[in-house]
Amino acid sequence: MADATTHQEFDPLATGSRSKQRRSRAIVYTLLVVFALIYISPLLIILTNAFRPLEEIVREGFISMPNSMSFGYWVEAWSTFCIGGTCEGVSRYFSNTLLMTVPATILSTAFGVVNGYALSKWRFKGDMWVFGLITLGVFLPAQMTLLPWAFVLGKLGLSNSIAGLVLVHTVQGISFTTLFCRNYFVSVPDDLIKAARIDGAGFWRIFRRIMLPLSPPILIVCVIWQFTGIWNEFLFGTVFTSGANQPITSAIVAFSGSGTGERHYNVEAASVIFAALPPLFIYVIGGKYFVRGLTSGAVK
Amino acid sequence: MSSLQIKNLRKSYGAVEVLKDINLEAESGEFVALVGPSGCGKSTLLSIIAGLESVTSGEVLIEDHVVNDAAPKDRDIAMVFQSYALYPTMTVRQNMTFGMECRNIDKATQDETVKRVATLLQIEPLLNRKPGQLSGGQRQRVAMGRALVRDPKLFLFDEPLSNLDAKLRVEMRSEIKKLHQTVGRTTVYVTHDQIEAMTLATRIAVMYQGVLQQYDTPKTIYEKPANTFVAGFMGSPNMNFFKAKAVKNGDGFSVVIEGGEGTPLPLPADRYDTLTDGQSIIFGVRPEHFSPASDNRAERKGIASVAVPVRVDMDEPTGSETVLLTTIAGQNATIVCEPDAAPAIGDTVDFEIDMTKISLFDRKSELRL
Repeated sequence: MADATTHQEFDPLATGSRSKQRRSRAIVYTLLVVFALIYISPLLIILTNAFRPLEEIVREGFISMPNSMSFGYWVEAWSTFCIGGTCEGVSRYFSNTLLMTVPATILSTAFGVVNGYALSKWRFKGDMWVFGLITLGVFLPAQMTLLPWAFVLGKLGLSNSIAGLVLVHTVQGISFTTLFCRNYFVSVPDDLIKAARIDGAGFWRIFRRIMLPLSPPILIVCVIWQFTGIWNEFLFGTVFTSGANQPITSAIVAFSGSGTGERHYNVEAASVIFAALPPLFIYVIGGKYFVRGLTSGAVK
Repeated sequence: MSSLQIKNLRKSYGAVEVLKDINLEAESGEFVALVGPSGCGKSTLLSIIAGLESVTSGEVLIEDHVVNDAAPKDRDIAMVFQSYALYPTMTVRQNMTFGMECRNIDKATQDETVKRVATLLQIEPLLNRKPGQLSGGQRQRVAMGRALVRDPKLFLFDEPLSNLDAKLRVEMRSEIKKLHQTVGRTTVYVTHDQIEAMTLATRIAVMYQGVLQQYDTPKTIYEKPANTFVAGFMGSPNMNFFKAKAVKNGDGFSVVIEGGEGTPLPLPADRYDTLTDGQSIIFGVRPEHFSPASDNRAERKGIASVAVPVRVDMDEPTGSETVLLTTIAGQNATIVCEPDAAPAIGDTVDFEIDMTKISLFDRKSELRL
């Protein structure tokens, strides 16, 4: 089919005089630039400090253009910087977080997709209650779940382990992924399922052949949401793990806590950027689909 | 052998009974149309035949086997949906083979069947396209193709033409009819369009408020409707209903339209022997059974007839015929006549009624007399 544009939902040329349009456009762009500067400035400050020698930072303050540049602080931050007693840099904690985030993201998304499919297309008595209880997790503050989780992890022998954090984040994440997927699948016509049932397909075949191929937008939403959420999560990591098993978010807090002598602002800045890169990367490649997926079905 | 039988079927949602004691049966190769206004239960009945909804009480039999508790896939049926329900991520070919794939039919047979059906429906050039790239009529064909590759015992159609524009609908209608003649399978076809039902079906089941009103051939349904609902629903423009009285007139009876000059319209003899003198009745005349008195159509057919004065209030020319909105004896009436014979608006003209084609209903029960 030809995709030629034959009509326009909103015509900006039909909203008033030319000078009025110019004026409103100028206001819009000014506001956008101001807010963009506000949001980008912390990143810029951290980024520049990660290249500056320590004495320069101390002499000239945080906010200043670098006089000399060095990548050495990045290497130090990654592999030799001392955090909380071990001198392996952030690489160890980075891989801890990776080992926690990737399985937990995959598992919670997988469970969420199946839950959402079952709750939207295979209705059963009390399904709304099941859905309500699962999504209650979205609204429960994490602090409330600390004690129960500590009990469960202790019983399972998963205290102070990456596997324990994977379990916690998978279960906590199912609330979100189920909510997203169920609401997405509700907009898939029921007739498709009926047609497939008459064709002779069962629960899993319909899931595999019909629902999954329709799911990429919501899968991307789930993956981005879970990945950034779990990567940046701090509370569970701090409470349930310690020492070498900590995720990166908990580990870099030691910067402010250690207080032994001078602060290595430049190395710390590089460490923080290491910690922030993966979610940023995920959002940059998937952000377009994220917005599309979140709003799909909302407007029809 | 009857290929579909429905016995004493009832269906309720909570306290609401949507199907009330339905009895229906279709011979092998028959084309049954379920017709009725929206909310009459026709789609629910189809879903029950398909096995997508459960039965509250009663029995559904396909080829003499009770299938009440059989899953849709075990009933050997194929269904065409109003929304077509094509799998959006699959190509046309995959859409058609999906059912065979679920039934573990070997690849060679699948290819052969798809080829045969695609040729039959003239959709070979579309086989590698996705449903999103097809027009409405093409999707319709593919949906039928998906049903045809299965070669089932029973075809079910759920208002398949209602999403097409008027012209395409007429085209596809005759194609469905041709297809049924070629394939010769028992078909159940749900529609709210009485013209579709009339043109396609070998038997029509008219439903209203969960009750099967009449189940008969299109000719009988049209000429001898069982009650005023069927009479009013089938046929366009609608049948005219006049409040009238039966009057004894020698050996036979005559009809006197209330509110007029009291001219008796003699009924054909030997019919309507259950009438009593002075009985209140509803006198039903289809719009095309009026003819201008000047034509003398009744005389030529050898029927005694009396002309009734008709005041023309408005006309609706359709080209092939002209619909007159008129007043007869103070009651509204619709008359269809040839465009050239149409009287001017405001005139009062004499029209004859073909008394052999009329229907009489009891005023209270609204059942046919």
